[in-house]
Amino acid sequence: MQNILASSWVIPFLPFLAFALIGLFIHRWPKMSAAVSILAISTALVYSVLVAMAVFSKGAGVFEIAARWLNMPGLQVDMGLLIDPLTAVMLLVVTIVALLVQIYSIGYMHDDPGFASYFAYQSIFAGSMLGLVVSNNFGQIFVFWELVGLSSYLLIGFWFGRHSAREAAKKAFITNRIGDFGFLLGILFLQIIFGTLNFNDLSGAVASYSNTAVLITVSLLLLLGPVGKSAQFPLHVWLPDAMEGPTPVSALIHAATMVAAGVYLIARAFFIFNTSPETMMVIAVLGGFTALFAASIALVQNDIKRILAYSTLSQLGYMVMAMGVGAMTAGMFHLMTHAFFKSLLFLGAGSVIHALANEQDIWKMGGLHKKMPVTTWTFIIGALALSGIPPLSGFWSKDEILLGTFASGHIGLYILGSLVAFMTAFYMFRLIFVAFFGENQAGEHAHESPAVMTVPLIILAVLAVFAGFVGSPLMNYAFAHYITYPGAVHHTPSITIMLISSLLAISGIFLAWAVYQKKWLDYEKLKIKMGGLYLLLYNKYYIDEFYAWLIKHFIDGTARLMEWFDLKVVNGAVNGLAWLTGYLGLNLRYTEDGQVQTYAIYIYAGMVVLIISALCAVFTAIA
Amino acid sequence: MIGFTHYLILSTILFGIGMYGVISKRNAVAVLMSVEIMLNAVNINFIAISKFIRSETAIGQLFAIFVIVVAAAEVAVGLALIIAIYRQKKSVNLNDFNLLKW
Repeated sequence: MQNILASSWVIPFLPFLAFALIGLFIHRWPKMSAAVSILAISTALVYSVLVAMAVFSKGAGVFEIAARWLNMPGLQVDMGLLIDPLTAVMLLVVTIVALLVQIYSIGYMHDDPGFASYFAYQSIFAGSMLGLVVSNNFGQIFVFWELVGLSSYLLIGFWFGRHSAREAAKKAFITNRIGDFGFLLGILFLQIIFGTLNFNDLSGAVASYSNTAVLITVSLLLLLGPVGKSAQFPLHVWLPDAMEGPTPVSALIHAATMVAAGVYLIARAFFIFNTSPETMMVIAVLGGFTALFAASIALVQNDIKRILAYSTLSQLGYMVMAMGVGAMTAGMFHLMTHAFFKSLLFLGAGSVIHALANEQDIWKMGGLHKKMPVTTWTFIIGALALSGIPPLSGFWSKDEILLGTFASGHIGLYILGSLVAFMTAFYMFRLIFVAFFGENQAGEHAHESPAVMTVPLIILAVLAVFAGFVGSPLMNYAFAHYITYPGAVHHTPSITIMLISSLLAISGIFLAWAVYQKKWLDYEKLKIKMGGLYLLLYNKYYIDEFYAWLIKHFIDGTARLMEWFDLKVVNGAVNGLAWLTGYLGLNLRYTEDGQVQTYAIYIYAGMVVLIISALCAVFTAIA
Repeated sequence: MIGFTHYLILSTILFGIGMYGVISKRNAVAVLMSVEIMLNAVNINFIAISKFIRSETAIGQLFAIFVIVVAAAEVAVGLALIIAIYRQKKSVNLNDFNLLKW
């Protein structure tokens, strides 16, 4: 068993190897590229299963090895492995979803000219994400953190022929830069204060700094990383636009794994955040606000992928809120279940988009349930899980979060979370009733996707149904038993909370059914009646416009100032120097009259000057 | 009695004459001769110092012989140049040789 843990470095290594092989040698053969990529990730999956078995059979053991990577005075960075239950769960989630998405991509991307490079990017993403998960220190995690950002950029901009895809890729990268800047500052502060970046060393060291201003500052800076990567308010703007990438990419990166990296980081560095109640409060409020904010936008969007994107934002907010109220276990549990059902929903949406020749507007779908039964039913399972209908996985994890929020005394956040649960059920079933059961028969030419796409859907649907049981009372909270932190309290489940959240979810579904299926309420009239609010939500609270305005007036103004400085001062100095040289040369050249005797006079004059100065030096030395 | 100072005065006068010749003569051959005068002024200095200050060794005198040898070679090159340029310009007046100017 120890051997397996010691050799678990191959888990991130294999996808990287696949990336290198595809990129360097076999990109001319698309089918083989896909095969290599899938072989690598499936081997990684097998390894991850073995690692998970080793970890869980030993109990909550921690395995760590490291090799020195960077050695400078005052800064040592290791490359290492830290395998504990948290890592094992993440390894499983990432490899399972990545494998299914890659298999699905064979069908989805089958006629794409960039088939081979698509799989190369998928591999580098998988490798980076797995490397991030097994990191044992902040330095290494930052390296892989940036690598996942890079692969996300490559995959969002995969169809770089489209203007919007290019812009979205840039937006994602630049927005993440803002968060990563704070994250890097936080890491540097940690190195300066504690002299180490290793998680285990730090967890021992932070205790003495508990609740000091410096540690609060550091933890808030570190928090900026997750805020960017997990797309929390106000850095959330990149995630909806990231839907410009191929849909399987949205499923893997922008729903299941990469965006969860921020939540994972909070869990990994929980010992730092947990030291200051202020930071925890910030995290909780930020997460709760993002959850509500994004859910309200999702209520009125018309693009199937955008609805899912805002839903992802909202669910990420849920996880972050769970972290903030101290329910780290619940947050990680929701991360896991969410990874399964949200990637299921995205892949289902991809199946629909694929069948309808890239149609993404839900109002132009409709009647799909007859043509695409597998997609429809798996999608409904995913939506039920997301809405938190018992006994699907989302119910257990969402309930844990609500319970944790309630039990830790954050009543306001609890009410907010329940409201979000209601909105989630509503917007998901609005989508389903309009797109899959709507009267519009645009889906006449639609056909069910090939098996290579539906089988991953079915597997994910099974996971979406059953993955929740590992953290449920039915299995004696196995999940909470392993994924925990010192001093964690597990709250006894409350039947009342379960009932309330289930009722809210069911009423959300009922409302969507009443409005969009039975049309007891005319949504068009409602739209007009709620005019201002509707526009506000539809335009995503004008955050993008606000940022554009900010950039136009402040950033561009600064840029113009810099341009002036560059042109006038910097260029002025350089050009002035050149002009001076030219001017002097132009005038001094008349001393070169070609007469050898003039030159002789210069030589004598120079000699005289030398002698006089030498004499002066001698006399001053004597005097 | 002729002493060290006299030698120095002689060499200074010779050097000055040579310098004046280099600057003021327009005839290239005369300039070359003036250069030779300056070299010989230096030679006198060498020998005087060798005789009066470092009489135990003959390095200064040896150096004077070196200078004579080098001067002979230099005159050969210089005269050859003057002949070559005379063929071009039919003149040995330095004022006519100002091709290398701005």
